[in-house]
Amino acid sequence: MYKLGIDVGGTNTDAVLLDENLNVVADCKHPTSRDIYEGIMGAIRIILEQSGVDRSQIAQAMLGTTQCTNAIVERKHLAQIGILRIGAPATCAIQPMVDWAEDIQKIAVGNVVIGGGYEYDGKEIAPLDEEAAIAFFREMKEKGIHSIAISCTFSTVRNEQEARAAELCRKIMGEDVHISISSEIGSMGLIERENATILNAALWQVAEGFTEGFAKSLADEGITNADIYLSQNDGTLMTMEHARRYPILTVACGPTNSIRGASYLSHRQNAIILDVGGTTTDLGAIQNGFPRESSVAVTIGGVRTNFRMPDVISIGLGGGSIVRQHDDGSVTVGPDSVGYEITQKALVFGGDTLTATDIAVRLGMADIGDRRLVEGVSPELAAKAMETIRGLVEDAIDAMKLSNEDTDVILVGGGSIILPETLAGAAEVVKPQHFGCANAIGSAISKISGNYEKLINYDVVPRELALAQAKEEAVELAVRAGAIRETVEIIEVEDIPLAYYPGNTNRVKIKAAGDLAE
Amino acid sequence: MRKIGISEIEDIAMGAALLGAGGGGDPYVGKLVAIGAVKECGPVTLLDPDEIPDDVLIMPIAMMGAPTVLAEKGIGGKEYETLYKMVSRFFGREIYALMPIEAGGVNSMLPIAAAARLGLPLVDCDGMGRAFPELQMVTFTIGGLKATPMALTDEKGNSVIFDTITNKWTEELARAVTMSCGGSVSVSLYVMTGGQMKQYGVKNIVTRSQKLGEAIRTVKNSAPLTPEEHFLQFAEGFKLFKGKIADVLRETRGAFNYGKVVLEGIGEYKDRQAFVQFQNENLLASVDGEILATTPDLICLVDTETFSPVTTDALKYGKRVMVVGLKCFEMWRTPAGIELVGPRYFGCDTDYIPLEKRCEGGTANV
Repeated sequence: MYKLGIDVGGTNTDAVLLDENLNVVADCKHPTSRDIYEGIMGAIRIILEQSGVDRSQIAQAMLGTTQCTNAIVERKHLAQIGILRIGAPATCAIQPMVDWAEDIQKIAVGNVVIGGGYEYDGKEIAPLDEEAAIAFFREMKEKGIHSIAISCTFSTVRNEQEARAAELCRKIMGEDVHISISSEIGSMGLIERENATILNAALWQVAEGFTEGFAKSLADEGITNADIYLSQNDGTLMTMEHARRYPILTVACGPTNSIRGASYLSHRQNAIILDVGGTTTDLGAIQNGFPRESSVAVTIGGVRTNFRMPDVISIGLGGGSIVRQHDDGSVTVGPDSVGYEITQKALVFGGDTLTATDIAVRLGMADIGDRRLVEGVSPELAAKAMETIRGLVEDAIDAMKLSNEDTDVILVGGGSIILPETLAGAAEVVKPQHFGCANAIGSAISKISGNYEKLINYDVVPRELALAQAKEEAVELAVRAGAIRETVEIIEVEDIPLAYYPGNTNRVKIKAAGDLAE
Repeated sequence: MRKIGISEIEDIAMGAALLGAGGGGDPYVGKLVAIGAVKECGPVTLLDPDEIPDDVLIMPIAMMGAPTVLAEKGIGGKEYETLYKMVSRFFGREIYALMPIEAGGVNSMLPIAAAARLGLPLVDCDGMGRAFPELQMVTFTIGGLKATPMALTDEKGNSVIFDTITNKWTEELARAVTMSCGGSVSVSLYVMTGGQMKQYGVKNIVTRSQKLGEAIRTVKNSAPLTPEEHFLQFAEGFKLFKGKIADVLRETRGAFNYGKVVLEGIGEYKDRQAFVQFQNENLLASVDGEILATTPDLICLVDTETFSPVTTDALKYGKRVMVVGLKCFEMWRTPAGIELVGPRYFGCDTDYIPLEKRCEGGTANV
């Protein structure tokens, strides 16, 4: 049995083949094609040739892709949709999309706020105005719309009204209508949750495109026995069916996969990961084997959302960062870089620009290009530049930490040669093998998860009982998503006391994940 | 007199978040409510306090309850009309203009939405010049004004007028009704005459918020000053400390977030330690064991790069912040003001000494 992991990035499509013990059998990089499928086909072909593996033995294939992110950022291929919000008389003063840019507002053909919704304790603000919902769905049907976004106040506490609206929608617009429901997509905060739901609704054609295309490229390469999965941004997988319904969850899966892959390659469950490229370094954190999520609202293509995203920061330091000595003797590195032109511009390649890579070669930390070409760089300058690099990286590592304790640091990416082997704040600095295709590995080894979130008053339901019930719910959600029940573990438990609420109300968030059923 | 449109709202929200002194929460939802109202009903007229006749009625507008509930339920839109009708019926008079009660978070934004929806002008004045956690903590209390009649309404159309014997009772009763109504309501309190507003209010606070917001937005265009010098100059701020957040201790008691944030010095403050104590808003800042600022002076934490304010909800290990002290409104420095909002009221065992005195001879820069 083999697993095939693929990551489609802006420049390269990475592919990796793992055996059943998750050892790397083959890996490759292939240029990404405009239609992405040519790129995937090319990468698969190389992998199969390299490994000589029988295609029929590939049982699982996982894809990580930036298609959804690009569609939103570039405003391309987004579908026309209708937006139904349940919540009047509350919420009416903030109409859907009120702060969206005009060019992306156009995706909404109609939007309406109808009677209904819940209070924080699950009490109804008003009964669902079914007549208004029906009238809206009829109008959308007449206008030829195929996708509807439904949101409701406090639907993360109770979602019956959203479910009922979806039922009415199907009845009127037909079984093949695409329905996005906010309680299944976002967390607390109506506007951010609604925004993510709207984007999800607008992505159905994009999702159909890449899911079918991926399946087709596999089939065309003779990989017909594989179950197909998509990477989502919390480091877990979803089925094709799930990805078609929740394409928004694929957004930003790239950094997530690289964090997960680095964690796997280095056998670390808790660490900070540095992915060093030519121009920038992305830092992420792995916590109990999963990427740490951002705690602040995340903006995608100018739209504010609150769904799960990895906590990633970028700094302007990479292999191509330009090194300068100033009149006062100080030395700076970056943030500007020679970028992809490094093989012409860096000193070690015969160019005339002093880069971070040249410093690493001068100090004997790396053997790239012609080291004689950097002999003219003074040892003092090189040492000062390395101190600057060290300072930048140590500061960034510190900013990623949640406590003062030293943490393991994992280095991946081609530019990681410029970093010293010891860093302040790091318990151990690890440079694993196969670091170049950490992304594709992250995709291939992902688990499948279930997330549960609810407000619970511990005075009504005792904390222990409430958490036990919530954990069961999370496990059920993971199993429903495709995990083997026996392997499902609770990987995150969070309960936050809420100020101002009566009694002892807490927001409980549980995440469970398990191995994929074969 | 001038107009407030959408770009002004953005700047006011940013500036008010700074004047919130750590409190007031994220003004995002409030900003959307204000933008929505201005898009629908047109820009708001902002009046200088001196343009207001002495004998007219001014109605402050605010929300009461949990910002997290507001983030789900928003505002219905008809609340302000209900409040207007209740208050004008109570007094048997028309309302001349609206005003904010505090500068900070959503409550800096909602009065703009109310003014747009009611077609009434907004007065450039409030009752704090910053944010405070309790209802009686306004300069109007010093002037002997009562919070009541206080009008309260929810988005469903339920409404109540409170007429109470003390402001403490108003707080208690209003909190109970707020919970029954679903945790977030719109209120009007401290309705006063133009003359009273001029005598006790914090004048030009909306304009100050806007200027601060604009300055933060354009902080990089600071030449010949550094962005930091520029920031301190326009904010008239005392630089108290610059450091990395090393720990955040939090505790929720009753309706408030209590806590302390511990900072390790960076740059010129390297190897020095500081902490800031808070109850929703920042209360006290201490550097190397020496108290440099206390409430009612404003203690603000700002990002060291962007200078955008960091509220107490958003404190996170590793974040680089500068601690800045701003002088509070003069009336807060009177004995009556200190009794109401001074350090001892919040349980800090120290007398109030004005910020500029505490910083004298020290390393703090103006």
